[in-house]
Amino acid sequence: MTEIFGIPIQAFLGQLLLGLVNGSFYALLSLGLAIIFGLLGIVNFAHGALYMMGAYVAWIALDKFGINYWFALVLAPVLIGALGIVIERTMLKRLYKLDPLYGLLLTFGLALVAEGIFRDQYGVSGQSYEVPEALQGATNLGFMILPNYRAWVVVASSVICFTTWFLIEKTRLGATLRAATENAPLVQAFGVNVPVMVMCTYGAGAALAALAGVLAAPVIQVTPLMGSNLIIVVFAVVVIGGMGSILGSIVTGLLLGLIEGLTRVVYPEASNVVVFVIMIIVLIFRPAGLFGKGS
Amino acid sequence: MKLKSIASALALIGLATVSGGAQAQYSGDVIKIGFITDLSGLYSDIDGNNGAEAIRMAIADMGGAIDGKKIELLVADHQNKADVAASKAREWFDTQGLDMLIGGTNSGTALAMTKVAAERKKPFIAIGPGTNRLTNEDCTPYTIHYAYDTVALAQVTGSQIVKNGGKSWYFLTADYAFGASLEKDATDVIKANGGTVVGSVRHPLSASDFSSFLLQAQSSKAQILGLANAGGDTINSIKAAKEFGITKTMKVAGLLVFINDVHSLGLPTAQGLLVTDSWYWDKDDQARAWSKRFFEKAKKEPSSLQAADYSSTTFYLNAVKAAKTDDGDKVMAQMRKTKINDFYAKDGYVREDGRMIHEMYLLEVKAQSESKYPWDYYKLVAKVPGEQAFLAPSKSQCSLIKKS
Amino acid sequence: MRPHEVSTTRLVGYGLLLLVALAVPFIGLYPVFVMKLLCFAIFACAFNLLLGYTGLLSFGHAAFFGSAAYATGWIVQSMSVTPEVGIVFGMVIAALTGLVVGLIAIRRQGIYFAMITLALAQMVYFVCLQAKFTHGEDGLQGVPRGRLLGLVSLDSDTAMYYFVLVVFIAVFLFIRRIVHSPFGQVLKAIRENEPRAISLGYAVDRYKLLAFILSTTIAGLAGALKTLTLGFATLSDVHWSMSGEVILMTLLGGLGTFLGPVLGAGIVIALQDLLADRVGSWVTVIIGAIFVVCVLLFRRGLVGEYEAWRIKRRAKARLQAS
Repeated sequence: MTEIFGIPIQAFLGQLLLGLVNGSFYALLSLGLAIIFGLLGIVNFAHGALYMMGAYVAWIALDKFGINYWFALVLAPVLIGALGIVIERTMLKRLYKLDPLYGLLLTFGLALVAEGIFRDQYGVSGQSYEVPEALQGATNLGFMILPNYRAWVVVASSVICFTTWFLIEKTRLGATLRAATENAPLVQAFGVNVPVMVMCTYGAGAALAALAGVLAAPVIQVTPLMGSNLIIVVFAVVVIGGMGSILGSIVTGLLLGLIEGLTRVVYPEASNVVVFVIMIIVLIFRPAGLFGKGS
Repeated sequence: MKLKSIASALALIGLATVSGGAQAQYSGDVIKIGFITDLSGLYSDIDGNNGAEAIRMAIADMGGAIDGKKIELLVADHQNKADVAASKAREWFDTQGLDMLIGGTNSGTALAMTKVAAERKKPFIAIGPGTNRLTNEDCTPYTIHYAYDTVALAQVTGSQIVKNGGKSWYFLTADYAFGASLEKDATDVIKANGGTVVGSVRHPLSASDFSSFLLQAQSSKAQILGLANAGGDTINSIKAAKEFGITKTMKVAGLLVFINDVHSLGLPTAQGLLVTDSWYWDKDDQARAWSKRFFEKAKKEPSSLQAADYSSTTFYLNAVKAAKTDDGDKVMAQMRKTKINDFYAKDGYVREDGRMIHEMYLLEVKAQSESKYPWDYYKLVAKVPGEQAFLAPSKSQCSLIKKS
Repeated sequence: MRPHEVSTTRLVGYGLLLLVALAVPFIGLYPVFVMKLLCFAIFACAFNLLLGYTGLLSFGHAAFFGSAAYATGWIVQSMSVTPEVGIVFGMVIAALTGLVVGLIAIRRQGIYFAMITLALAQMVYFVCLQAKFTHGEDGLQGVPRGRLLGLVSLDSDTAMYYFVLVVFIAVFLFIRRIVHSPFGQVLKAIRENEPRAISLGYAVDRYKLLAFILSTTIAGLAGALKTLTLGFATLSDVHWSMSGEVILMTLLGGLGTFLGPVLGAGIVIALQDLLADRVGSWVTVIIGAIFVVCVLLFRRGLVGEYEAWRIKRRAKARLQAS
C-alpha cells in the first residue's frame, strides 16, 4: 500500500477531507469578521462571543421552546444581528473618528462581559446539542466514513460564502457599500443613508457569526468559552487573507483547514500554532496579506 | 487613590490578627479553613462553588464550632492561575491566621500551594489536582492528597481493562504535562499486565476539532481508545468518537472523567464509556443518603471531588477535636493515626507520603435504556483496593517513606 | 517654567507617595501584595513607553514578561546564581526576544504590527509549553530568592520588598529620563506624525526598534522580579490574556502619563485579588465592563483625565485673572 508521511494514502485522503471540512468552517467564521473590518475598519474582537451566543440561542431555543435546528438557523442570526445593530448604534459609532485601537478594546471588553455572564448562567462543562434527524448518520466514502452533518457544513458554508462574496463584489448594493467605506461624505451626498448602511453591515457581520455558531453547535459542546478559543485563529485568517478582502478570508480559511489537517498528521502538537507561523511568513513577503489591497 | 483604601482595610485586618493568639491553643481563638479552587473556569463544575457548599455542610454538621471556638471558611477563586492561588494562600496564612488549606482543582496551583503551606507548617489537603508529584517528588509532611491521582487512574483503568480482554490500546493525549504523565503511567500498567500500546497522538489543549486525531486512532485498529485528557477536550473527543462511528469498533476509556462530564454529554453519546473514579453517589446506601442532602442544596448529584471536600473537612475537624488544638504539627500527627470511615471511604488512611489510601472504582456508563432515574449513569465494573491502585511505596521518590 | 521641570505640588505629591511606599511593611499592608503590584506597574510602564510615547500597540508583550520570568527562574534554580545575576539574565533574554520580534514586526503599521506581535507571542507560548524545563502547566516552582550580591538575604518579605521598591523607583526615573531626552522627543514626533519625521531625516525604523527593545527589556525586568517575589513562573505569564491585562492597565491608568500605568496596574491587581475572594465568575464581567466604560468615557485613563481637567482649570483661572 502506498504511503504518504508514513500513513497509508487512504487515511491521508481522509485527513485531507477532514481538513476541507474544518477549512470551510473557518472560512464561514472569518467571513463576518472580514466584512466588519474590510468595510467598517473595526477590529471586532466580540466576534467569538457573538458566535458563542448564536450557538446558545440555538440551544436555548431547542431546550426551552422546542424550536428545532432548521428554525434556529434563521432565528439565531436574526436575534444576534439585531444585538449587533444595538451595539453599533449605542457604542461603536462614537469611536469611528478615533484610532482603531479603541474599537478593538471596546469589542474585547464586550466579549469579556458576554462570556462572563454566560459562564455564570451555564457553567463551563457546556451543553450538548443533538445533530438534527435529517443529517444524522454517516456515509462510507471508501477511504473513510464521513458523518453526514460534516458534509452539510461544507455545503452550507460554501453557499453562504459564495452568496456573501457575490453580494459584496458583484452587486450594486455591494458597490455602494464599498464606496461608502472609501468616501462616506461623497456617497452620502448622493442620497445614500450611510449611517444606516454601516449599522446594517455590522449587524450582518454579527449575524454571520451567529450562523456559524448554530452550525457548530451539534459538532462541539456549546460552552461559553467556545468563542474565545477560536477568535485569535479567525483573526489570523483574516489578516493572512488581507484585511480588506472577502475572497482572501474565504480562500485562507480553506487553506488553513487543509494545512492544519496535514500538521495534525505530521506534528499534531503544533496544529494550534501553525496558523501563526503561516501568518508571519505571509506578512513578511506580502505585507498586506494574500489578497490585501495595500496598507 | 485606590492604594489608600486598600491600606486602611488591610491595616485593620493586620491589627486584628496581631492581637489574636500567641498562647491560645486555638490560634486566634478561631479555626479557619481556606478553600482555593477554580470557581469560574474549566473545572468549576466538578468542584467549584458546590465544593464550597460541601465544606460548609461539613462545618455545620460539626456544630459550627469545636470547644467553643468558631469554625470559619474562606473561599477564593484561583482562576487556574498558580500565582493567584499561591498569593491568596500566603496572604491568608500571614494575615488571616489560616489553620488549614484545601486545594481544589488544577495541578499547577496545587504544587504552588503545597510549598506555601509547608513553609508555614500548616496542613494542606489537596482534593482536585491529579498530579502524583504531590506525594512523590514534591511530598511534604503537611500535604495530604485525598481523592485521586494520575497513578491511581492509570493503574485502575489500565489493569482492569486489560484483564477484561482489552489488550491493544491507542492513546489520544492532551499535549501538556498532565496528559503526558497520564499516558505514561497508563502505558506502564498496560504493558505490565500483558497489553500493548499500538500508538498515540498528542493534541493541543482546547483543540477545536478532534476528527483528525480520531481517524488516526481508528486506522490503528486498536481495541481500546484511551483518552488521556480532561474537561472540555474529553467531552469533545467522546462526542466526535460517537459521530465518526469509532465507538462501534473501539471501546473508549476516559482516564479522567467526572460525573458532570457524563451529565453534559448525555447517555446516548457517552454510553459504554469506561471511567475510573474514587467514589460514586449511588454506590451504597450511605453514599446515597449524603448525596440526597447535597442534592437539596446544589440541585445536582455530587462529584467525587465534592464528596471528598466534605469528607476531608470532617476528617480534619475531628482530628482538631481529638488533638484539642489547631497547631499544624499536632493535627497532622492526629490525622496520620486516624482511619477514615464515612460515606466516602471505608478504612481509608493517610500514608507517610501524604497519600490517602482508599478504594477506587472502574465504572461503565449505562445505555439510556438501562438508566432508571436521573443521574443513574454508572454500573460498577471493578473495585480496586487502595494498596493496589495507588503508587507502591517502593516506587516512590518521596523522602518521607521509610524504605524497609 | 520649562516643560521638563516638575512643579512643587507635583513634587510634594511624589514625596508623599514615596513616604507611604517606604512605610508599607509597618502600616499593615501585605508586602507580597504590594510587591506584585510594583512588578506589574513596571510591566505597565514598559508597555506605556511603547504605546503611549511611541504609538506602537503590541499584542504580545506577555512574551517578554514571561520569557524573562522563566529564564530568571531557571537560572536561579538550576545554577544557584545570586538574584541580581538572575534578573540581568532574564532581561537579556527579554531583550533578545524583543530584538527578534522587533526586526520582524517593526516595518509594519497599526493592526498588522499588533497581529505580528501576537503571532510571535503565541509561538513563544508554544515553545514555553513544549520546553522540558518549564514543566508545562505545572509551572517552574520553588524558585529561591537567594542573597543579593551574595550578602543580603532576600528571604524575608521586608528585605525583598525594599529591593523591589528600589528597582521600581529606578525604572520610573529611568523612563522619565528617556521620555524627556532628545531620543524621547523623536519618539513623540514619530507617534504624532511619522511621515513628517521621516521627511525630516530621522531613521524612524531604527528609533522604533530601539524603543521596542527598551520596552521589552523593562517588561523582562518586571517578569524576572515577579518570579523572585512569588517563587514561580507559570504559563499564564506568557499567555495572551496577560498581554490583554497589561493593555487594560495602561489604558485604565492613562496612556502617555507617568503615574497612569502604575495606578492602572494597582487597580487591576487589587480587583483580581479582592474579587478572588468573591464567589462566582464576575471578575471577567467586571473587567470587561471596565474596558467598555474606559473606552467610551475615560479614554485618557484616570490619570490622563485628571491631568486634562487640571489643565482646563488652570486655563480657566488664567482667563479669569487676565
